Amino acid sequence: MSRAEAAPTVRPVSPWWTLGLLRNELTTTFRRWRTLALLAVLAGVPILVGIAVRIETGDGSPPGGGGGEGPAFIAQITNNGLFLVFTALAATLPFFLPMAVGVVAGDAIAGEAGAGTLRYLLVAPAGRTRLLLTKYATVVLFCLAATLVVAVSALAVGALLFPLGDLTTISGTRIGFAEGLGRALLIALAVAASLTGVAALGLFVSTLTNSGIAAMATTVGLLITVQILDQIPQLHALQPYLFSHYWLSFADLMREPVYWDELRKNLGLQALYAAVFGTAAWARFTTKDITA
Amino acid sequence: MGEPSATEPEQPGEREAGEPVIATRALTKRYRGGQLAVDGLDLTVPAGSVFGFLGPNGSGKTTTIRMLMGLIEPTSGTARILGRPMPGATRAVLPHVGALIEGPALYGFLSGRDNLLRHDCADPAADPRTRRARVAAALDRVGLTAAAGKKAKAYSLGMKQRLGLAAALLQPRRLLVLDEPTNGLDPQGMREIRTLIRELASDGTTVFLSSHLLDEIEQVCTHAAVMAQGRLLTQGPVADLAAGARGRLVVTTPDPAEAARVLKEQGVGDLAVTGDRVTGEVPDRDLAEVNAALVAAGVRVRGFTVERASLEDAFVALTGEGFDVAG
Repeated sequence: MSRAEAAPTVRPVSPWWTLGLLRNELTTTFRRWRTLALLAVLAGVPILVGIAVRIETGDGSPPGGGGGEGPAFIAQITNNGLFLVFTALAATLPFFLPMAVGVVAGDAIAGEAGAGTLRYLLVAPAGRTRLLLTKYATVVLFCLAATLVVAVSALAVGALLFPLGDLTTISGTRIGFAEGLGRALLIALAVAASLTGVAALGLFVSTLTNSGIAAMATTVGLLITVQILDQIPQLHALQPYLFSHYWLSFADLMREPVYWDELRKNLGLQALYAAVFGTAAWARFTTKDITA
Repeated sequence: MGEPSATEPEQPGEREAGEPVIATRALTKRYRGGQLAVDGLDLTVPAGSVFGFLGPNGSGKTTTIRMLMGLIEPTSGTARILGRPMPGATRAVLPHVGALIEGPALYGFLSGRDNLLRHDCADPAADPRTRRARVAAALDRVGLTAAAGKKAKAYSLGMKQRLGLAAALLQPRRLLVLDEPTNGLDPQGMREIRTLIRELASDGTTVFLSSHLLDEIEQVCTHAAVMAQGRLLTQGPVADLAAGARGRLVVTTPDPAEAARVLKEQGVGDLAVTGDRVTGEVPDRDLAEVNAALVAAGVRVRGFTVERASLEDAFVALTGEGFDVAG
């Protein structure tokens, strides 16, 4: 190996170094069986919904006719497979998607601490702020990947089981299939953005403990609690501040013209959560004694 | 523990050679429960030494190492590594330091090679263009090349320990901090690691080695420090420490009573007779004369030696107890 004389100088740090760390973080995250299993479950939801709708409408009757309401847009799927994308996102957004994000975000720091690898990353030295930002960026990209998995799976199933073509917006106007696809992509982006608040919350929880499982459970527990609080009418004064309150606003992207009011509120709320819990996570993580 | 800017003008270690690699002043850590883990530690590790850091379990060794590595903030006192303050200069100092802290920690779902690649990605001073070559060289150096593609969860404890060492050797280092590096290794592996440490030390790397195996410290270390209950009991060159617990003169003879009488006349103190062995403190005068006096008095001498004190004797003398007793 090299002699000591070759050792002294530190190579000037490339500004791209952080991207190298992020790339490694992404490959590490997306190569885990757990991550792949979460994505597989998410991909399975549109398949189930598609097949269920197909079977139920096999005799020509409209879906949902048997009683009860399905997720948004479910009645339209038989006319146009593209609606399966909207239905699948509406079905997974309340629980499956944020749960998957909670698992990945909760494990981000706590999992490394539990395995002991955190101390080695920090003495490498990755830098605490940099590591935290890398972790948050990875979780946000996971939000996007998870949403796109649902959307693409739904599009494939929709194209396979149902006709595709022009579609009718909520406002009753007709738009072409290409524009419909564009709207679907916008909706997927809006859904992914809706998850960034939970991601920041999960990351904060992750800095509080050395147990990945505890952080995941706490994050998912908070998610369920918030969903329940959002259903209690007496709490209407509080509800506009719950991160899940405007989640279903993505449906407004299917109006003509698009109704931006609640979408904007949703994005603002997610940014607020990201700022508050991101700062809290930073304050906690950069001053914490790493004893694991 | 803020992050210093990347553009610190002064490079660590480019100062006068006499500066210690690790220097702490009154370094203290009190945990939130009020427990005093490290109490006013003044540790000095000279450049180029192989420094043995000894102490019973719970004596504060690990807390000290974590403070040195910037993982734990000291309650008071200062620590300098390579002439720079820690944890302030983490970004500038730690690329020069390879560390194995409290055993290896690996990503079980990654191969040995991918574990090292990830570790190297986290080092801002590591050149991505030479990454694969350096990882291969480090794996080769610890004898893991054949198992490099295996998932780390399938590794034995000894293999994990080797992989942890490989991570510390990814770059040429000025300081290696090795916490129990031979833990979990078989005797052959222990010997390999000791050889590796000597090799590194002869290359000029300072090695800070914590261990509970005294003979290991005695075999490889030039300097040592002993901690107990958060305090530093002693530090210095290993030879001086062992000399602190003085050796004993041992005379083997079929005439022990007569031998004891003559030895007393010759000024040997603290005499003890057990069977045919007479032992006592080593006198200040020439031992050849002592032996001649024994023979002149008609004592039949079978053996006449000075038994060197081991580091363990020194340790027991210092702590007043066996080594593995928790503090």
